Amino acid sequence: MAAEIDDIIVSERSRDVQRKTFIRADNIFKAVIGFFAFLVIVILVWLGIQLYESSQLAFASGGIWRFIKGSTWDPVTGVFGALPFIYGTLLTSFLSLLIATPLGVGTAVFLAELAPKWLKRGLQPLVELLAGIPSVIYGLWGIFVLSPLMANTVEPFLMDRFGFLPFFTGYPLGIGFLTASIILAIMIVPFIISVSTEILSTVPVPLTEGMYALGATRWETLKKIALPYAKSGIFGSIVLALARALGETMAVTMVIGNTPQISKSLFDPGYTMSAVIANEFTEAASANYLSALIAIAFILLLVTLVVNAVARWLIWRTTRMK
Amino acid sequence: MSNSNDINSGIVAQDLKAFFGNIEVLKGISVSMQKKKVTALIGPSGCGKTTFLRTLNRMHELARNASIKGKVIVDGTDIYSPGIDPVLVRRKIGMVFQKPNPFPTMTIYENVVAGLKLTGRHSRKELDEVVERTLVQAALWDEVKDSLRKSGASLSGGQQQRLCIARTLAVNPEVILMDEPASALDPISTAKIEELIFQLKDTYTIVIVTHNMQQAARVSDFTAFFYLGELIEFNNTRSMFTRPQKKQTEDYITGRFG
Ligand SMILES: Nc1ncnc2c1ncn2[C@@H]1O[C@H](COP(=O)(O)OP(=O)(O)O)[C@@H](O)[C@H]1O
Ligand SMILES: [Mg+2]
Repeated sequence: MAAEIDDIIVSERSRDVQRKTFIRADNIFKAVIGFFAFLVIVILVWLGIQLYESSQLAFASGGIWRFIKGSTWDPVTGVFGALPFIYGTLLTSFLSLLIATPLGVGTAVFLAELAPKWLKRGLQPLVELLAGIPSVIYGLWGIFVLSPLMANTVEPFLMDRFGFLPFFTGYPLGIGFLTASIILAIMIVPFIISVSTEILSTVPVPLTEGMYALGATRWETLKKIALPYAKSGIFGSIVLALARALGETMAVTMVIGNTPQISKSLFDPGYTMSAVIANEFTEAASANYLSALIAIAFILLLVTLVVNAVARWLIWRTTRMK
Repeated sequence: MSNSNDINSGIVAQDLKAFFGNIEVLKGISVSMQKKKVTALIGPSGCGKTTFLRTLNRMHELARNASIKGKVIVDGTDIYSPGIDPVLVRRKIGMVFQKPNPFPTMTIYENVVAGLKLTGRHSRKELDEVVERTLVQAALWDEVKDSLRKSGASLSGGQQQRLCIARTLAVNPEVILMDEPASALDPISTAKIEELIFQLKDTYTIVIVTHNMQQAARVSDFTAFFYLGELIEFNNTRSMFTRPQKKQTEDYITGRFG
């Protein structure tokens, strides 16, 4: 009996010691995590400052606004304006979201709610595999498969049916804004599908059953319970997809035509910020040229941050409205 | 009482078997439950009470691999016959769940009219009326009438359950199935729910699962005792609790097992 009590006391004491070491480990852990979180911010700020400073030469004649608003990019005469690239990046990113969102969310709804289990189990890993393919492969596919298809079939068709719209005029080259947007859409769709499917599967069964018990159909239950519940998460997946689209370089540069121009027609070739940096960095012989490219990198960083902030704010607003 | 057990009124189960995959969890239940009476289902955990309840409004088939054999005849119609739409069955036979499940993305008001809104357009006035009537019926009106725009999830557990009852009433069902509606609640909330069942039984046919013998004795007219997927005994509640016919029933209600 006494021995037992001793045992208990001993084990109490050792548990106490254990708890103390836990608390200490906990604090160290917190400090380490905190340090890394801080480091991320420091790196980001430092990166921004570095880019800004190296951009000064480009901003020298007329400041940053003049550079942003400039629509001519001519390294030969030394005129550098960033607008065609900003236009190309924003246009292809938003167009790709426009295509990828209904496709991705629709497929996710199908996989999470409607598909038989065997199909879901078969498709999900495949979708995740698609999300992991290197972008240069998408780019090659774009050149050899998508681009001819666009030039010979899709673009002539659009011109024929919707030619009265300014977006679908011009010459069907198969290389340009539309092709780049489609490639981007194909690249980000798997991402939207996999995240949204995951989120839709977290909708609690008692909630959907509660709706069914009121005499709701499957579709009504999806619309009234599952989608509102998953809304913010789905938005989140779209924002992350957008971030990827904004920064995507390789595949886009292979199919967009790399022509710095602002054109209404989606068939026309264009250029994006990341593409021009990647393509022209090695040939930027003059200090002005180099600085202009760095300035574009700086603006890309800003655009990415702003777009992300706006998207996050949108999510925050919609989730708070509950 | 035999003459009132007419097949054309109330709920009649005939040799009802329920399965999860090939596991048979209800082994041929035959029972008839009267219209506008409260029938309590009692029995130890896992004996099939919830499953039985869910076969009565075709919720059972929503579970993976779930199936049934046999018949459930409600007011003369077999709800499992081929031409019957389960959606309409569920509209007529409402269900209150064991854990309160208000819809978190909706306000209190929206929760109440969620089912009603599925059935076509309703004027604002009509919806307002239904909200007030059903919340009064569910004894929740006084507590929430000033906060109808708040989230349903902001209420206490007992209030949430009464909200779920109001939501069920708003669809205007004939039958209400309740699966241990008070098991997750404190005694005061429980008393409120029991009081509510008293009020509702003049208008609705009620089938209630309960773990609590006193509750069954207090609220029900008839009691069915389930054990291991079988219906052991069915009788009016007073007889069941004073003179149980079967040894297992007696053991259970006197607390010797379960
Ligand atoms: N979704 C399910 N899948 C497989 N078996 C289940 C499922 N739900 C319940 N069961 C089994 O069915 C039997 C009856 O369960 P249930 O009807 O919930 O009993 P009770 O409500 O009386 O406690 C139990 O053995 C339980 O394990
Ligand atoms: Mg149960």
